[in-house]
Amino acid sequence: MSESVEVERLVKVYGSLRAVDTIDFTVRSGEVFSFLGPNGAGKSTTVEILEGLRRRTSGSVRVLGEDPWSSLDRIKRRIGVVPQDFHFFPTITPREGLRLYARLFDRRVDPDELLARVELLDKADARYDSLSGGQHQKVGVALALVNDPEICFLDEPTTGLDPRARRSVWEVIRRLRKEGRTVFLTTHYLDEAQQLSDRIAIIKRGKLIATGAPDELIAVFGRPARLRIVGEAALADRLRERGHAVTPDNGGLEVELRSKAEAVEILDAVASSGLRWQSFSTKSDTLEDVFIRLVGGARDEGNGPSVAEARP
Amino acid sequence: MNPRRVLVYFPTFARGYLRNPLGLFMSLIFPVILILIFGAVFSSSGTSPVPLAVENLDQNSPASVGFLAALNATGAVTVNLVSPTVGNLSDYLAHHSLSAGLVIPAGFDAAVAQHLPVQLTVYTNPASGGEAGIVLGAVEGVTNGLNLRLANGTPIVTSVSLTVGSPLYRYIDFLIPGLIGFSVLVSPMFSMVNIGSTWKRDKLFRQLSLTPLTRGEWLTATLLWYVLLAVVSAGLLVLVGGLAFGAHVTLTLLSLPLLVVGPILFVALGLLAGSVSSTPETAGVIGNIITFPMMFLSGTFFPVSLFPSWLVPVAKVLPLYYVVDGLNGAMVYDNPSAVYSDILIVVILAVGLAVAATRFFRWRED
Repeated sequence: MSESVEVERLVKVYGSLRAVDTIDFTVRSGEVFSFLGPNGAGKSTTVEILEGLRRRTSGSVRVLGEDPWSSLDRIKRRIGVVPQDFHFFPTITPREGLRLYARLFDRRVDPDELLARVELLDKADARYDSLSGGQHQKVGVALALVNDPEICFLDEPTTGLDPRARRSVWEVIRRLRKEGRTVFLTTHYLDEAQQLSDRIAIIKRGKLIATGAPDELIAVFGRPARLRIVGEAALADRLRERGHAVTPDNGGLEVELRSKAEAVEILDAVASSGLRWQSFSTKSDTLEDVFIRLVGGARDEGNGPSVAEARP
Repeated sequence: MNPRRVLVYFPTFARGYLRNPLGLFMSLIFPVILILIFGAVFSSSGTSPVPLAVENLDQNSPASVGFLAALNATGAVTVNLVSPTVGNLSDYLAHHSLSAGLVIPAGFDAAVAQHLPVQLTVYTNPASGGEAGIVLGAVEGVTNGLNLRLANGTPIVTSVSLTVGSPLYRYIDFLIPGLIGFSVLVSPMFSMVNIGSTWKRDKLFRQLSLTPLTRGEWLTATLLWYVLLAVVSAGLLVLVGGLAFGAHVTLTLLSLPLLVVGPILFVALGLLAGSVSSTPETAGVIGNIITFPMMFLSGTFFPVSLFPSWLVPVAKVLPLYYVVDGLNGAMVYDNPSAVYSDILIVVILAVGLAVAATRFFRWRED
């Protein structure tokens, strides 16, 4: 099957709040699919509906061809879940937890092998409550892998982690993809989404506002590439005379490029103008620029380089 | 329901419980400490002699020495001689926190020899309860015996002391079933209130719902654990009570249904309290409001028969009352018919509370 998750016209209403408002998307088998949006946008609600932990108000949801709410008993043997804000039993060690899960799933699994995969073998016998935040997440990932899942749902797996711990979780996600698993990731970190995802869906106030590969999203929703030149102010007028769109930019100026070749033409004009200039560079939008334009610079919580904090 | 998964999960739950020192203390050690304290306090006041401070102003006279020897021999008091130089005995008693004293006047021996009237002075403190009666009774008994002998009389009416029923029920015998009831109440209630609320907050039920373990299997493993704990605790209390205080209680087969259904009742009640509360803090308060009256008013520490009449109906609405009453019937009185009705009431309450708890205790959210 080529589609792991199919969602059509999904709606979730809490009282008067439409947390998820008529969304459609599909996740292809074997891809890393990121669900991106500010806090409260409806990411976790959607994921929990996909995981069979929350009942939907209306619409259709198929995970591995089944309705996750009514077929949870079957579906939970085929999916792995690391919930947002993962917690485990404080006095139980990772090895004990994995052994329990293996027996419950009736699977022959070597706990040490799983712990090695998430680089936590040295803490195999440490009580859960003695581990750090990043180590907690790794326990969550290891537990989610016990049943050799076809899809892994990771709900904000790196929120609150320090940069090193984030990178080691990223490594785990890359490995999951390499192993042929589908990964459904929610995050509010744009660098994370851009680095890891095959495709991204951006959700805002319960509605999907864009879906596609990171490059596609930038191509469709980003501004055209720009040439940035630092030099005399008179350069701006000279280029405007030639019909270019010029905006002043922090001690320099930015010229919008209709094509890549145009950059050469503009630099030629600058050189032949006789005016002084110091440096030039080209600029194109990142996923972050696109996200901010689409979501409107919504204020995110959490730490690390998130959308709002990267904004000057 | 898959019994294999119940048995797979059981050790994890047990381990989590055993690694929490507070839970283990409350369920196994605390009741034993209580039995040692209450047993020591209440068994000593009935049996050990009351210390009696004696100021003998007729020093070393044969009559006074003989009188005191007879008094000591009653076993009700221990004669402690005080130096006649202390002056006022009443002040001496107050300064030394003593509650009973006796003054033998000078010339006691001479008076006795000449059959002249002579007066002993007994000091007692009414606030010390039964001790005053014991002292007065002992002094009066010895005095009467002496008077009778001096008058060359022969006792016409004598009495012999026997006890009613066999074996004689003592406070400790009621304390053991009471404390087993305490343990049956406290260990499931405190931890289930906590589990019901903190596991909900930390989404640990959600975590379990992602595994093949079902809610019913989880509940069964949990119930098994608390039943096991109740049986172990009961055995421990009977053992300590028997060894330390010679209590006459036995863990009869009839007490077993109560040791099984009792913990089920309080697991359901605790889970209900934990599940309906929005935060662990509220759950703690609700749990205490339910637990504490039951802890004291169900005949755990004192038999309900000693309660004032207006308090008895209060005890009878508390579920633990029927557990303790049934355990008393099964372990102390050997009165099966009363135990059957107690078991029936506990079963009905347990089923009702379990139904209510499953309505509120959810693993998945709507």
